[in-house]
Amino acid sequence: MAGEIQKKCSAPGSEKVYKRPDSMNEIYLRKGGAAPTATHYCSGCGHGIIHKLIGEAIDDLGIQDRCVLISPVGCAVFAYYYFDIGNVQAAHGRAPAVGTGISRARDNAVVMSYQGDGDLASIGLNETIQAANRGEKMCVFFVNNTIYGMTGGQMAPTTLVGEITTTCQEGRNSDYTGFPLHMCEILSNLTAPVFIERVSVSDIKHIRKAKIAIKKALEVQRDGKGYAFVEILAGCPNNLRQDSKESIDFINNEVEKEFPLGNFRDRIADTTPLIRPDSDFSKAKLDEVFGIVESVEYATPDPDFKKCLVKIAGFGGQGVLSMGTILAQAGIYGGKNVSWYPSYGPEQRGGTANCSVVLSARPIGSPVVYTPDILVALNRPSLEKFDKDVGPGSYLIYDSSVDNYTPPAGVKAYCVPAVDIAMKSGSAKAVNTVMLGVILSLGQVDLTEKEFEKAIAESFADRPKLIELNLQILKAGYEWAKENLK
Amino acid sequence: MSVRLVKGNTAVIIGAMYAGCDCYFGYPITPANEILHEASHYFPKVGRKMVQAESEEAAINMVYGAAAAGHRVLTASAGPGMSLKQEGLSYLAGAELPAVIVDIQRAGPGLGNIGPEQADYNQAVKSGGHGNYKCIVLAPNSVQEMCDLTYKGFDLAFKYRNPVIILSDGVLGQMMEPVVFPKEAIAPVIDTTWAVSGNTETKKNLISSIFLDFAQQEAFNEKLQKKYREISDKEPLFEEYMTDDADIVLVSYGISSRISKSAVDEARKEGLKVGLFRPITLFPFPEKEIQKIAERDVTFIAVEMSAGQMRDDIMLAIRCKRPVDLVNRLGGNVIETTKVMAKIRDIANNRKV
Repeated sequence: MAGEIQKKCSAPGSEKVYKRPDSMNEIYLRKGGAAPTATHYCSGCGHGIIHKLIGEAIDDLGIQDRCVLISPVGCAVFAYYYFDIGNVQAAHGRAPAVGTGISRARDNAVVMSYQGDGDLASIGLNETIQAANRGEKMCVFFVNNTIYGMTGGQMAPTTLVGEITTTCQEGRNSDYTGFPLHMCEILSNLTAPVFIERVSVSDIKHIRKAKIAIKKALEVQRDGKGYAFVEILAGCPNNLRQDSKESIDFINNEVEKEFPLGNFRDRIADTTPLIRPDSDFSKAKLDEVFGIVESVEYATPDPDFKKCLVKIAGFGGQGVLSMGTILAQAGIYGGKNVSWYPSYGPEQRGGTANCSVVLSARPIGSPVVYTPDILVALNRPSLEKFDKDVGPGSYLIYDSSVDNYTPPAGVKAYCVPAVDIAMKSGSAKAVNTVMLGVILSLGQVDLTEKEFEKAIAESFADRPKLIELNLQILKAGYEWAKENLK
Repeated sequence: MSVRLVKGNTAVIIGAMYAGCDCYFGYPITPANEILHEASHYFPKVGRKMVQAESEEAAINMVYGAAAAGHRVLTASAGPGMSLKQEGLSYLAGAELPAVIVDIQRAGPGLGNIGPEQADYNQAVKSGGHGNYKCIVLAPNSVQEMCDLTYKGFDLAFKYRNPVIILSDGVLGQMMEPVVFPKEAIAPVIDTTWAVSGNTETKKNLISSIFLDFAQQEAFNEKLQKKYREISDKEPLFEEYMTDDADIVLVSYGISSRISKSAVDEARKEGLKVGLFRPITLFPFPEKEIQKIAERDVTFIAVEMSAGQMRDDIMLAIRCKRPVDLVNRLGGNVIETTKVMAKIRDIANNRKV
């Protein structure tokens, strides 16, 4: 295909020749059709000029191979026809999010999104602002032609007051549709962006300035400095029913009045490149961060042990959930199948919390305990909520701070002065550990003291000072139960 | 062997990281939050990438971006968030991008509540976005499988260049069980034949789902359908429990399947011939295997925490050849074994007549 169309290179002696940028295709094969070198854009449209400016800047900066262009939904959905760089087409308005994904995954990539005013300022406004606010390493080329092009000239967020479109056929009426959205000004309120500028491609004079801004934005990407935004005022003469002169005059006189040109932010010189680390895929490193310890010993389960259903309930903050995890962990050391299931969400905030623990020789079905073999209730609401689920012969253990309470008939109910025991042993908070000692003494869970101790050590592994204290409290609870519950 | 007591949500992150996933994008939602928490905790420790997105839509589109770059990428959500992600799923499928999406199902419709339900079945299995597409749907029923199927999900996603949904629920996400960690950690190699990674090797590539030409769009659709048929042929996974002589067969997935298994054990003690068929892949639904069972005179019972969404697929699979009854709970309630048993006894009595 090369050679079919001669690239206009500098001929010897010629003064100045404008050549096709290397980063743009010679023939638009992806486009197909009968005119392989014509764009799909209408005459007078700004996209062709802007594409070329971007292509020239890519060439100038020598970043062609690193570039990824995200094309939007809108007329520029086919931007990938023209650029000889990596291309990703995105859903309507989502280009900044797609760009975030590419940029985070590929730190060295030069990511640019190319979006129109409906895509960027309407359906994708949130993505636009948030990506800018995070300072994503990407540049955004925002083509503002005050109208939806591809879908047929509807009102855009940038449509001027009084401007006629297919959805405001009497002209945009601010009483009903508000006022034009100024993206550069909005983004200028954010801290993270490195570069923000509004330019125009209405005529030669403006195009020269636009080229400089586009190149700067890409320079920010070449150097990995962060977020850059260039708003480009462009024409859409077909949809706006203008001829070429009217289109230029409209941009220069009316659009520019609403959207003043100029630089809003240039912190390029003061910004240092942000280099993110590579992903580490080694197993050794993963094992390290997850704290994998090999060769832990597990007991062989007693085949006669069937299962034990435990429910633990109390106020949020009483250690109900952690008590359950210690019991389940002890179960693992004891070679049992275990499951732990919490009440979760709003009910655990401030109100009551509970968890179900199942210990079983066989694989566990439901992890939800409806009829506990052991219910531990650390407060009155828990007792009143769950005591009716405890069947005859099952255990109900509650704290002695609950007074005037009569357990259901037939239940093995034990009133434990858990708060007192915990306080005497050095930590009023450790009521849950006292109760674990009581459970250990019952023998129903078929676990040894050693297995409980290992589970406590595991549970407090990141707060080693508490291990010894809790082991003492476990013992205190266990001994109290041995003595008093016969 | 290394065993750790972890939540199902944590197990997802373990499975993903050992599978070589290095990008996570997510938005907070209960009961899936811990997946986001664990990603924010563990990913940066090994140089992997994690962004708390501004919305569910942004999260799935960040997934689209990183997937387009050829990376292994994960996101997770729950019912309302999954609804918002449907656009992104359609685009992922349309651009043939691999990604793993975890749905910790909760009760709906609307805001519903944060209790467990299995009512996102249709949205996941039938595809809730626009167009003719399918996601591969895997249904774990233990914390171990939350890890293992997430791990496997990445293999399937890349094998077929297709999004994979891990269809879980609030119980599996929130409960803790021991997990055996994966034996291998994968160091993925980017496929330069299609990815757009911002380098020389991938400069020529294009990720897109647009074909203006109707014939091309049709041909692409047919290519997708061919892919889905291949997946249906090769990838169904299921577990059978005591189905050989069963004349009542429970069909159940996810957390419900464990309750069903307990019911089978209990029914067998009563001398009732009951078995369990558990689909592990929901797309592809293990049709052939369930058809085999339907050749005998059996009664099926769908056990699920939805109004019967999976039951429809059983009826379709067996062409309504046998009765398919339903035991369910809705609204955030977990099915009790007693409820399943009551139905089993009821059907067993009727079958005798």
